[in-house]
Amino acid sequence: MRPSDVLRSAWRGVGANPARSALTTLGVLIGVGAVILLVAVGNGSGKQIQENIERLGTNSLTVFSGRFGPVQGAGPQSRDQSLTLPIAAALASRAGAPDVKSVSPEVTAQETATYEGTSHAIGQFVGTFPSYFEASNSPVSRGTYFTDTDVEQDRNVVVIGQTVAEDLFGTVDPVNKRIVVGGTPFTVVGVLANKGTSGFVDANDVAVAPLTTVQQALTGYGPLSSILVEATGPTTVTAAQSEVAAILDRELGVSSPSEASYQILNQAQLLSASTSTTHTFTVLLGAVAAISLLVGGIGITNIMLVTVTERTREIGIRKAVGARRGAILGQFLAEATTLSVAGGILGVLAGVIGSRFTIIGVKPVLVPGSILLAFVVSVAVGLFFGSYPANRAAALRPVDALRYE
Amino acid sequence: MSEQSRIALEPRTPSIRLENVFKTYGAGGTAVHALAGVSLDVEPGEYVAVMGASGSGKSTLMHVIGCLDAPTSGRYLLDGLDVGELDDGDLATVRGRKVGFVFQSFNLLPRTSAIANVELPLVYAGVGRAERRARAEAALDAVGLADRREHRPSELSGGQQQRVAVARALVTSPSLLLADEPTGNLDSHATVELLRVVDALNEAGHTVVVVTHEDDVARHARRIVRLVDGAVVEDRPSEQGSA
Repeated sequence: MRPSDVLRSAWRGVGANPARSALTTLGVLIGVGAVILLVAVGNGSGKQIQENIERLGTNSLTVFSGRFGPVQGAGPQSRDQSLTLPIAAALASRAGAPDVKSVSPEVTAQETATYEGTSHAIGQFVGTFPSYFEASNSPVSRGTYFTDTDVEQDRNVVVIGQTVAEDLFGTVDPVNKRIVVGGTPFTVVGVLANKGTSGFVDANDVAVAPLTTVQQALTGYGPLSSILVEATGPTTVTAAQSEVAAILDRELGVSSPSEASYQILNQAQLLSASTSTTHTFTVLLGAVAAISLLVGGIGITNIMLVTVTERTREIGIRKAVGARRGAILGQFLAEATTLSVAGGILGVLAGVIGSRFTIIGVKPVLVPGSILLAFVVSVAVGLFFGSYPANRAAALRPVDALRYE
Repeated sequence: MSEQSRIALEPRTPSIRLENVFKTYGAGGTAVHALAGVSLDVEPGEYVAVMGASGSGKSTLMHVIGCLDAPTSGRYLLDGLDVGELDDGDLATVRGRKVGFVFQSFNLLPRTSAIANVELPLVYAGVGRAERRARAEAALDAVGLADRREHRPSELSGGQQQRVAVARALVTSPSLLLADEPTGNLDSHATVELLRVVDALNEAGHTVVVVTHEDDVARHARRIVRLVDGAVVEDRPSEQGSA
């Protein structure tokens, strides 16, 4: 029997019962469509989280003072272990930390800013160096950054975030306006570009001013709240982290990790952790969808068993005129596969069209591999789930099949 | 190909040779012998009618001769070829090429045109589309249905359906034409038409075996074999020309 004859007879078999074939195809369609769409949703939400983290600056490390988790051996501390400007200067040394590009010491304050009678409680008022803007991936959209000179001369200048700008100024351009923060006047020199929100923290609710100005006017000359370290590139973040740790251990007199009174937060680690979380999420969604594809496959087995039973006599006739086992097997397998491939193609279409819509706040991002996989699986589903009924048909003895009423 | 050389070496190879063939259903005390030791030779070109009451085993005999069913014991040689030694695939080939089968209930594929039904054995023999169509058309012409090619079985009368079945049986030019009660579902007019077609095929050289319980049908044959309880009780030439 020639392949074209097999296809023709399969097509005739499928067409003999259009409603039944359509419903069977629908089962596979839903399965394939669900796999593609849900994997796209998982992928899309992963991409979203990734973008949010990247906004924070993936080349950067943040050094915090203090220790998270249980304090072990809480004896009297012989040395002051808070972060200071000299420590920040030591981190910037070319020799000890070749993979560090810039170091931005930070002090933060919670202050309320006022402008012509309007007031706004700023989420985070940061005093730092100009390198902070690059390290934290915070470009300005209007105006300029403050400069090293501003830091040296304690100038009262500030760069504000979008939320602060909207709350204080509304539609007025804030650049070169004066605001008052904690009794000290500041001139707004720039407005940061929108950073979006990550989690519950509004990344736009910030104001950034020169370190010296903030210390003088608001926080005093105490320890730093944190040090933002920027690595030379995405690949050197880990190296920079160990260099920073080595310098900190030396400067702070730490001899074992349990004594360390600082924490280094690595954005890249955060990124990879969240990536693996969303990957698990995507796999889970895909697995749920795969179950519906399995159910679709069982639908094919079911309908093919009915078909074989209904057409027992036809099988007998075909065998009586010389059909080999393989020809009967091929005919019913081809029928089952025609159903599943039709479902597969329509399912791919449904998945691709569905992924153009935003689903529960997530913009799905198609994974080309999932389309290919879902389609290949749908063909395999036809072959696998069709093989049992097809084998039953092929194994019928001609004389029994002919007697069947 | 060794079978063919054997046929060539023995020009008088019988078309059908049954040697002490048994077909038994069930086992032990409840065993029923549908065929109880049938031995029969049919020479090429013969026209044999197998007669007997219902339950005498004549349909079972046809199924064995047509390779649709295997005997429980005994030997069956078709054109000198021992059918018992063939595997499943070879049996299918034999059914397709050496034997043409006509059934009482026509057994055409429903929802399928007459010509497609006739083409079916050629499909399984791997014949190409164009040749298939030409040979199927010739076969339909031979049974007088050239103008009914695209009709479906449901659009044809019983006599026409049976003639389509005959066309299907002879489209592969088999040496042996088997008909199991071919006129059982036909009226007298259609019976006459069908028998005329079968007679012509026999005259053209086909070996024909017809199972029937009608004397009118048996009278067309040149030899009558009568079965009772699965055994041959009578094997005689028919009174040709008395019809």
